[in-house]
Amino acid sequence: MTAAPARPPQAAPRRRVPLRLLLVAGVVLLTVGVLAVAGLQGSLVYYRTTSELLADPALQGERVRLGGLVVRGTVETTADGVRFELTDGVQDVPVVNTGQPRGVFQEGQGAVVEGVLGADGVFRSDVLLVKHDNEYRPPEDGTGRPAEDRG
Amino acid sequence: MATTTTRSRRTDRLLAAATVLAAGAAAVLALLVAPPDAVQGQPQRLMYVHVPAAWLAYLSFAAVLVASVAHLVTRDLRWDRRARAAAELGVGMTALAIALGSIWGRPVWGAWWVWDPRLVTTVVLLLVYLGHLSVRGLGDDPATGARRAAAVGVIGFVNVPVVHFSVVWWRTLHQPASVLSPDPAPMDPRMATALGVAVLAFTLAGVLVVRRRLRVLAAAGPAEPAPAPLPSPVTGPLVVTPRIRP
Repeated sequence: MTAAPARPPQAAPRRRVPLRLLLVAGVVLLTVGVLAVAGLQGSLVYYRTTSELLADPALQGERVRLGGLVVRGTVETTADGVRFELTDGVQDVPVVNTGQPRGVFQEGQGAVVEGVLGADGVFRSDVLLVKHDNEYRPPEDGTGRPAEDRG
Repeated sequence: MATTTTRSRRTDRLLAAATVLAAGAAAVLALLVAPPDAVQGQPQRLMYVHVPAAWLAYLSFAAVLVASVAHLVTRDLRWDRRARAAAELGVGMTALAIALGSIWGRPVWGAWWVWDPRLVTTVVLLLVYLGHLSVRGLGDDPATGARRAAAVGVIGFVNVPVVHFSVVWWRTLHQPASVLSPDPAPMDPRMATALGVAVLAFTLAGVLVVRRRLRVLAAAGPAEPAPAPLPSPVTGPLVVTPRIRP
């Protein structure tokens, strides 16, 4: 802290400050809150479902995130990545991802990919994230120790 | 006064002992007793520190709300110190929850960070309470600073439910809550026990830290606004000396 000049004695009425301050803070936070809610509900939906993507032709050719469950039996490793289908239970979308999946990617689990839906109906992505649910349970074999348990 | 301090120190020692016991039990339960998750494997054990950190942040900010309201009503600087000590803990726990979540996200989601509503609102929460701590020092009148901090401490609390329910209100990558949820999810009882004991350990440690911090703050700052500076013995009414404030 540096030296400050001596302040004049405080003669100002002290009651008005908090009210004004509260009003300003209230208006600011309300604005931020309204913007946040509007923004998050509109443009910041983290991903679209397969049905939403297919129902909105404006999204074709746009870079979007697409989320869904990885359809069992569709996962294939390709030369430069992985190919699979995503579903929301109604519509399936074939996905070709560049790059091997990280995270706990597996069939029947959730995944979110980032890329572009082509005119051929194939979604080409280069970001693959895994979405897991909020249920926690031990591995199926009942020992509480999965086979690869080390690390 | 002396007996109050002695009793307070004894309470601290009891709290410290309970914290160590709970933390030790939580470590054993979380690392040895609870099974790894079927899908996520070993990284899921980060839940036993990530969730308690987030819980303690929520609890701290609730304490900031209560202390801030009390300060605005009473103008007592002791309430301001309570708000400050709780906010400091809450900010630390929010940062810890973000860091641990990031370490959890990399092996499970495949990314350290995503622009997901839960993550973004949590960072906003961190910034709001850093603001609460910062506005206290703006200007050189402690009473004004305390009032401004209290205003932020009251209004800023709206962010807590926004963070908690972000996973319900918006579509996120982050999974919804399993326990403090309108729709609780099944969890293995060994996992739930480990989580419960870890939450207890964090809560006890948080109470202890805030109590000790309050003693430091009370020793550093006066309970009342600073009294007017005493006239210097060598200066008479005709001598003008510049007053230098720290």
